[in-house]
Amino acid sequence: MRCDHVAPHLAGLADGSSALDLRERRHVEHCLRCQAEIVQYRRLLRALRSLRSEVLVPAPGLLGEVLANIEAAGEERAVRGLVSGRRAAYLGGLAAATAAGAAGALVLATRHRRPA
Amino acid sequence: MSPPSRVTAADLAGSNPEPHHLADLVARARDGDRSAFDDLVRATYADTYTLAYRLTGDEEDARDVVQETYLRAYRGLHRFRGEARFTTWLYRITANCAATALGRRGRHRHDELVDDAALVDEHPDHDPAARAERDAARVRLRGALHDLPPRLRAVVVLRDIYDLPHEAIAAELGISESAAKVRLHRARRKLREELSPDVAEAARAV
Repeated sequence: MRCDHVAPHLAGLADGSSALDLRERRHVEHCLRCQAEIVQYRRLLRALRSLRSEVLVPAPGLLGEVLANIEAAGEERAVRGLVSGRRAAYLGGLAAATAAGAAGALVLATRHRRPA
Repeated sequence: MSPPSRVTAADLAGSNPEPHHLADLVARARDGDRSAFDDLVRATYADTYTLAYRLTGDEEDARDVVQETYLRAYRGLHRFRGEARFTTWLYRITANCAATALGRRGRHRHDELVDDAALVDEHPDHDPAARAERDAARVRLRGALHDLPPRLRAVVVLRDIYDLPHEAIAAELGISESAAKVRLHRARRKLREELSPDVAEAARAV
């Protein structure tokens, strides 16, 4: 067993996402180089996690721009809602008129078939 | 472009928003309350900008990514079911928008290295020497992150700083889960090789 075989698993070992088989474990237990790499990975991961508490300060104006864009998107959505509402009303009216016409035609046809 | 000025963490509205507060805003925003969505933006935009900057390495791109992220969030909020935290959902959208922006940017522009971009630590300690030591180590860590190729940087930022699962990272970056894991391994190895002496210093200061 060589360090190269174990190296791809060392970072995963440091964050608990991977495990070693028996041969790999025996190698690491006796290999100071691999142990040192694990320590370095553990420190790297802790340092990376510590960056989570840092917040970059956005340039002033970004918040206003975002809110303005959201407002525009909201207006767009409202207009679409109105248009689609009117379209639905128009289509509903059209369907009602068609149904009424069909019912009228049916009544007329029925009357024509009645014996005098 | 000059780096933005430094402010204290207290000046940053919502840099670490309360989950309950956010959950309430999300519920109201989903019911159509626009002002609640505006409050969500106020509570999270600095955090979103930070992630966008870390992923793109560029202030202008980060601004564009933030804009696009909130537009997508606004339009897709009805699809947010609350299985994950709102911020995690937002990180995923940000990662997706950043991947698109990086793809659009192409290979023409080289990332600028802005070591002194203003960063606010939400948990500052009161020992000036320790803080200076930690700040120096963090500057080197940020520099090393910045020097990574964008596709490696994105994976390590999302996994090791923002704790997104491999599956989510792969989905948002448009790659397979195994490709995401390979990239993560390469990114960590590069960082370790670059920072080995400094990593110890930064970690001690945590």
